[in-house]
Amino acid sequence: MPRPNMKQEKSKDFKGTMIKLFNNLDRWRYLLIIAVIFAFLSAVLSTIGPNKLADVTDVISDGIKPDVAKLEDISKEIVKHNFQEFEYEGVVISTQDQKEYMEIVSTITPDMDNEEIIEKMDKLPKSISSLVEAKMDTDALTSRSILLGVIYLLNCIFGYIQGIIMAYVGISYAKKLRSDISRKINRIPLKYFDSHEAGDVLSRVTNDVDTIGINISNTVTSLVANITLFLGSIVMMFVTNWIMALTAILSSILGFAFSAILLKISQKYFVQRQEELGSLNGHIEEIFSGHSVVKAYNGEEEALREFNEINDRLYYCNRKSQFLSGIMQPIMMFIGNFGYVMVCVVGAILVMNNMINFGVIVAFMIYIRLFTNPLSRIAQAMTTMQSIAAAGERVFEFLDEEELSDEAEITSKLDRESAKGNIEFKNVKFGYSKDKTIIKDFTASVKAGDKIAIVGPTGAGKTTMVNLLMKFYEIHDGDILIDGVSIKDLSRDNIHKLFIMILQDTWLFDGSIRENLIFNNKNVSDEELWKICKHVGIDHFIKTLPGGLSAGVGDNNSISSGQKQLLTIARGMVEDAPFLILDEATSNVDTRTEELVQKAMDKLMVGRTSFIIAHRLSTIKNADLILVMNEGNIIEQGTHDELLKKKGFYAKLYNSQFVK
Amino acid sequence: MLKIFRNFEKKDYFIILFMSILVTFSVFLDLRMPEYMSKITMLIQTEDSTMKDILISGGHMILCAVLSLICTIIVGYLSSLLSARFSRIMRRKIFEKVESFGVAEIKKFSTSSLITRNTNDVTQIEMLLAMGLQMIIKAPIMAVWALFKIIGKSGELSLVTGIGVLIIVVVNLVIIAIVSPRFQIIQTLTDKLNGVTRENILGVRVVHAFNAEDFMGQRFGKVNDKLSSIHLKITKTFALFDPVMNFVMQFQHLGIYVVGAILIINSGMLGKITMFSNMVVFSSYGIQVIFSFLMLTMIFMVLPRARVSIKRINEVLDADVSIVSGDFNGKTEEVGTVEFKNVSFKYPDADEYILKNINFKANKGEVVAFIGSTGSGKSTLINLIPRLYDATDGEVFVDGVNVKEYQLKELNNRIGFISQTPFMFTGSVEDNVAYGDNGRKKISLDKVKEAIEIAQAKDFVEKMDDGYKSHIARGGTNVSGGQKQRLSIARAIARDPEIYIFDDSFSALDYQTDAKLRKELKKHMKDATSLIVAQRIGTIMSADKIIVLDKGECVGIGTHKELLKNCEVYKEIALSQLSEEELQNA
Repeated sequence: MPRPNMKQEKSKDFKGTMIKLFNNLDRWRYLLIIAVIFAFLSAVLSTIGPNKLADVTDVISDGIKPDVAKLEDISKEIVKHNFQEFEYEGVVISTQDQKEYMEIVSTITPDMDNEEIIEKMDKLPKSISSLVEAKMDTDALTSRSILLGVIYLLNCIFGYIQGIIMAYVGISYAKKLRSDISRKINRIPLKYFDSHEAGDVLSRVTNDVDTIGINISNTVTSLVANITLFLGSIVMMFVTNWIMALTAILSSILGFAFSAILLKISQKYFVQRQEELGSLNGHIEEIFSGHSVVKAYNGEEEALREFNEINDRLYYCNRKSQFLSGIMQPIMMFIGNFGYVMVCVVGAILVMNNMINFGVIVAFMIYIRLFTNPLSRIAQAMTTMQSIAAAGERVFEFLDEEELSDEAEITSKLDRESAKGNIEFKNVKFGYSKDKTIIKDFTASVKAGDKIAIVGPTGAGKTTMVNLLMKFYEIHDGDILIDGVSIKDLSRDNIHKLFIMILQDTWLFDGSIRENLIFNNKNVSDEELWKICKHVGIDHFIKTLPGGLSAGVGDNNSISSGQKQLLTIARGMVEDAPFLILDEATSNVDTRTEELVQKAMDKLMVGRTSFIIAHRLSTIKNADLILVMNEGNIIEQGTHDELLKKKGFYAKLYNSQFVK
Repeated sequence: MLKIFRNFEKKDYFIILFMSILVTFSVFLDLRMPEYMSKITMLIQTEDSTMKDILISGGHMILCAVLSLICTIIVGYLSSLLSARFSRIMRRKIFEKVESFGVAEIKKFSTSSLITRNTNDVTQIEMLLAMGLQMIIKAPIMAVWALFKIIGKSGELSLVTGIGVLIIVVVNLVIIAIVSPRFQIIQTLTDKLNGVTRENILGVRVVHAFNAEDFMGQRFGKVNDKLSSIHLKITKTFALFDPVMNFVMQFQHLGIYVVGAILIINSGMLGKITMFSNMVVFSSYGIQVIFSFLMLTMIFMVLPRARVSIKRINEVLDADVSIVSGDFNGKTEEVGTVEFKNVSFKYPDADEYILKNINFKANKGEVVAFIGSTGSGKSTLINLIPRLYDATDGEVFVDGVNVKEYQLKELNNRIGFISQTPFMFTGSVEDNVAYGDNGRKKISLDKVKEAIEIAQAKDFVEKMDDGYKSHIARGGTNVSGGQKQRLSIARAIARDPEIYIFDDSFSALDYQTDAKLRKELKKHMKDATSLIVAQRIGTIMSADKIIVLDKGECVGIGTHKELLKNCEVYKEIALSQLSEEELQNA
């Protein structure tokens, strides 16, 4: 079903994107070409069809008109033979028949019209009527009908083959693009997601890919077929009869011009409409999501007033765009009808002057339709191509993003089992953008089993340390050594294997608890899972869920954020690695669940070199090293007592919580 | 489903009636045209007809076409008017209805679903009206009328046309039957695909940390495979449509000619010519008949989608609103008091009570704090005051009057509510702080500046590019969580209410800012009553009254010192945050 052209999008580089798209089509390219050939052939057959139909029509119309000239000839013969029986073209005409015939003929008067004459002739004796009656060339009829039937059949079959191929190409290509994007998500440097919203990538995966996948299967072949039809019908019209061809083209041109103007105007309103819809959407989203604030602050009237304003504007564009696009169809119909009449009238003149056969008119009746339909479809296909290009541009833009550095040359390896757990920071320099260094010169040495607390006010850049340790970002200068090996010489995979990472946002995916706990690990038995859950103190809770370990998370609101945090801790335990990165923040968790979480965290830290984004005093106080961060930089480092003595930033921060 | 069209006004029905008349007339004209065509054909076939006759018939035909065009344009105008008006009304009605909703209803539908219902679903119906209404009126009239035109003319040719119609109807119904249930599946799979991708993006760090890239890839692949295979099935089915339509139309044309030729051979001389013109008429009426049946089946394709939308819209419009405004808006004897009398609360569908038998009174100028574990019901408790929910049992009083008796506006004018998740509107900083209506005159810029200063937001606001006029992006994405919290506190202060309600509104602030903000607040709102929900002991230690909640019950009321002595739960919470020594020092 044709979708209303709601959005007219312009691509920045139409040609470039199209070429890229074609090359990206990969092995489906060949299928596309085959489909295009079939579409072309099918269209060619469509243009030949009417011409062959004209042949059939001619055979039929030749078989209608009685041979009046022969009638006069017979009359002469009768007079010549003086009502004696004679043979005419092998038919014996008896005296009786001749008399009957003359009686009927004598009643014909010059003022009689054609129909009355033919009515009289129907009463002629068998022998004579068989002579004058029009005879249809049944052999020609059969052969021409069969030919036409074959053309029609092939036309449909080619069309169907083309449709199936393109369906396959479009869908497979969309599938490939989707999985390309999905793979890309995990290969792109993390900083991409700092500056891009998840929704942006999401809309590329769904909307943009759909736009490409669905439209590519209709548009490309439709474009080829319709251009072929358009040009083909012009050629065929001229081949059939040039006067008629000119008539058909001239009588449509005015209509085309008119509808082109209409299209232009309506496009303007469609764009406006899209904009208004967008702002209405935005307003509704804002008011609905801020519903409780709107209500508590009596903002309803104000909100409604603004809504009505946008709604009225939308109404106006809606009406215009709907109307203008709605009358395109009837105007095209009218053009068809008008052309029809013109063809008939001009055709009639030509028939009467014996310049053409009636079949030509029939052929042109169809050509007029073949000729007028493609233009609007070509216009439609062109706009769709534009939106394909725009969507393609967005998809490729994402796919062409720089990927994480290649690690093929890395040979060093640290095994999880044999790693000791020492880390050394040597003059580390880092900044999220090249020109702004936030960690200026950081040096520290961490022994196996140490506990390092990272503290600082909100937004101080505590997660930066996580990003560097996990090699999510690469340091600009200096080095971080794990058991004496530079992280530059270790693959990301390897480093990740050495670390357990538990972050503040308790990320779980939509699946069972079991799947979430095991995650990427393999061969973890339920027994082991239960052991870990018991250790973390979440076994009881899991048992209360319907299905136990098989219970789903994600859509399940009965799991509180504290429990989710416990689950992520358990997941970390399943992973079991010598280093730990832990964000202690439990801001969404109440204090009593927090206690449970803390106990679990404490257990996790045992025997591991731990980096803890600290939020509680106990952690900070007994940490082996405290890193105090502010505005991205590490401004103080030392133990709790050392830092308090310093009476610096840390001391101030620590004491502030007791201010009344 | 038809219920939704009750939203038509009387005027609209006249428009529809007028449209139907015009459509009928245009169908009449459209069906006249083939008659002129056949007349022209006859004239061409008969030798003694003159050019004048042909021109007359041609002129008539063009006249018909012009009149039909005019009719259709008027109909198009009317239908765009109708559909645009209808969608405008529907959008407004839904929006107004949602504005009247309480939190419970919003939660029930979910915000995103309400947005879709207010926009996309209405657009769906608008499309149905704009395109479908004409079709719905035209198709049956056209089909019946065109059938009448050919019936009785020639049984054999009617049969050929009939077979064509039959094939089209059957094929279309089969396509619809195959495709429409799968469209629904596509919808859910697309949601799922979105879900999996969103998960991956949000958890990209965890995915990297666990080397789970392939794991996530497989999860995505599964949904992608399923989606693609159903997509393929649908597209393949649709690929049938064009060739079959072509096939039927072409072969119907050919069939009529061949059958016509046989009939011509077998008829008398006069019969031949009539038969021939019949044949030509049939070939054009036949197409009209097929087109009209095509239109009819199209309606069946559009209708199910629109029906889903209509259902979704009706659900919103028919939803019962749980919070009904009272009509009290006079003066009260008490000022700045909040009292709970035997208040219990449970969610409508839940079995268990979230709050059980709560009793307390906050007097003018007091600071009352609520503390307890998650699920203890703190937030729920204070939500009952501005009537985000209504108490299931018991009564809530503000200034000595039951909250249910107040006009909602009047109640809100007395309260400054700061919700758990701060919300920012698109607009300037000033717009956001001066937001809403407090029943008095508009909030001035000076007042806004003062409120911002008290809320400890002055520093960063003045650092912003345009100061108080700085633009806040949609959803407040260009300010941090802590900044949003401070701005939403400023919003409440600017309102100058009798009662402040802080629902965990200091959580995103660091200790320093938290402490300073509370100090300033205390200084500036001596007369106002504050109700504070918090997680941190430090935030509430100095409150006049602390109410400790546990599993919906009040397990202790008193000051910090008192509670440390006689409330186990409080002590536990306090100790989990500070050491004994620190608590003493405090």
